Amino acid sequence: MASIELNGLGHRYPGSSDYALQPQTMHWEDGGAYALLGPSGCGKTTLLNIISGLLIPSEGRVLFDGRDVTTLPTEQRNIAQVFQFPVIYDTMTVFDNLAFPLRNRKLPESEVRSRVAEIAEILDLSSELKRRASGLSAEDKQRISLGRGLVRKDVAAVLFDEPLTVIDPHVKWLLRRQLKRIHHQLKLSLIYVTHDQIEALTFADQVVVMYQGQVVQMGTPQDLFEAPAHTFVGHFIGSPGMNLLPCELNGDSIRVGEQSLAIPPALAQQLAQVSGPLTLGVRPEFVRCAAEGELASLHARVLRLEDLGTSKLLTVQLGAHQLKVKLGEHAELLGEQVQLALQPEHTMFYAAERRVA
Amino acid sequence: MKTYNNKAWLLVLPVVLCVASSAIVPLMTVVNYSVQDILGPDQKVFVGTEWFKLVMRDPELHEALGRQILFSAAVLAIEIPLGILLALALPAQGWRSSLALVLLAMPLLIPQNVVGTIWQIYGRGDIGLAGAALNGLGFDYNYTGDSMDAWLTVLVMDVWHWTPLIALLAFAGLRAIPEAYYQAARIDGASRLAVFRFIQLPKLRGVLLIGLLLRFMDSFMIYTEPFVLTGGGPGNATTFLSQYLTQKAVGQFDLGPAAAFSLIYFLIILLACFVFYSLLQNAGPTEKAEH
Repeated sequence: MASIELNGLGHRYPGSSDYALQPQTMHWEDGGAYALLGPSGCGKTTLLNIISGLLIPSEGRVLFDGRDVTTLPTEQRNIAQVFQFPVIYDTMTVFDNLAFPLRNRKLPESEVRSRVAEIAEILDLSSELKRRASGLSAEDKQRISLGRGLVRKDVAAVLFDEPLTVIDPHVKWLLRRQLKRIHHQLKLSLIYVTHDQIEALTFADQVVVMYQGQVVQMGTPQDLFEAPAHTFVGHFIGSPGMNLLPCELNGDSIRVGEQSLAIPPALAQQLAQVSGPLTLGVRPEFVRCAAEGELASLHARVLRLEDLGTSKLLTVQLGAHQLKVKLGEHAELLGEQVQLALQPEHTMFYAAERRVA
Repeated sequence: MKTYNNKAWLLVLPVVLCVASSAIVPLMTVVNYSVQDILGPDQKVFVGTEWFKLVMRDPELHEALGRQILFSAAVLAIEIPLGILLALALPAQGWRSSLALVLLAMPLLIPQNVVGTIWQIYGRGDIGLAGAALNGLGFDYNYTGDSMDAWLTVLVMDVWHWTPLIALLAFAGLRAIPEAYYQAARIDGASRLAVFRFIQLPKLRGVLLIGLLLRFMDSFMIYTEPFVLTGGGPGNATTFLSQYLTQKAVGQFDLGPAAAFSLIYFLIILLACFVFYSLLQNAGPTEKAEH
């Protein structure tokens, strides 16, 4: 078990002038469950491979509990990793698979046996120990991969690289719950790479959102939802994502297209400090239909209303932009026009994609 | 209620005709020869299993069979491990890999009788590079006079000619192993030997089975190279089964015994392939669940 510190860590693949991973500093606590979330090619697997030691970063340092492990080979790092596709040793039984990392480290056979039995118990593999590993289903194989990581007593962190990709949806859910249980039971640090936001948000205490080689926000699922620090987080998290509207500051109000929206003076002062074009961000969940003539509301034209079962999704045209609004299950609309009120505490402002207020 | 539609036979007919004309009819001709004594175009006598008994008792055949088994065993024992080692040593990618593959594949492109001719000259004691060099180093090497030298020369020639095939197959098999296996092995702290034993070798099982079967069949039927190199000599030292068969059938026109022996030869190969195949299939993992 260990805390993980990334110190000015960045990586460029040889022969490439672009960073696959922008230099950054981060601290991950011991025993935490972290999810690395981002679209394909955002550098999350690169970061994972650097932590596990499969890749040596081109700059910066990796520290486990304050110990520099940047150039230490994988096998000396006490890291376990579960890959996208189950990796098992075909010719071995489940028992031998689980015992493999211990036998490679020359542990006495009696200890191997008790460790394997213990881990098999946790993973519900006890009844399968004598079977050939190759005959098992994908989720059992993935459990064995996980088990090979957990079986070592000294494991600092378990890394998961999209481990549920090949698992059936209904089993995915079970396996994820089992993983959570193991996390609580063994108090391991877990780092889980995924591009599926539901997976990340349900699994992790802290979600690290990555975009174009950099970490754009690290926070609890609630932080990411309610206060996205970056426009990417806003539209990547949530379904549908955050509405983003270009706007201008005009004295004590904000101009959105042709319309004006009053804002508190303190906020106006804060925004006045910001240079460059502003973007207003508000989630569909935090917009409501206002009464005619209500203050601080925007006027928009209804494009369509879709029924999502438990809620309704309204799409409106506001100037040159479209806006999504999530309404209650029984919401009804009268007419083609609508007044929208934005919840002030959930209305964010961004400049150069970063949150400024 | 099942319906029977005889039109289906029409669909099978092309295959039946092809297989019949390419395999079954020629085979039956051989069977026909093997049970008759053909004295002239219109004179033939049915002899039953007489030719089989005769052939089975032929000491020359026993010797040829012994040599053949020894030769094939040596070929497999050398070429398969050597091919795997070569494949492991080859660069995995880039121009070095392409270059190495082309160089490695060269012997495979040379026709058998040319291979024989090349080695015939290469091994000559007076002007051949290998032969003269060996003699110069003080070895008494003469493949036309010494049985052991001849036998070893045929073996080395075959290794030179066909090991690349195994190496190419193994190379392709190695490239097909996903990177995650090697990464997992590193994380599990596996040694280089363990990676080979538990990842590479099991994953190569399929291609090695094909390589093994091909090399076994080919080496068991070897004809051209020793024929060109040594003509089966000195004495009978390098007379393998197919050359013995040719001597019988074409040289002495003993069509009956030759046909009987052909069938035995065919059955030996079939049986050996079946044994190899089943052994390797069962040695490896099966993908079927056991319950």
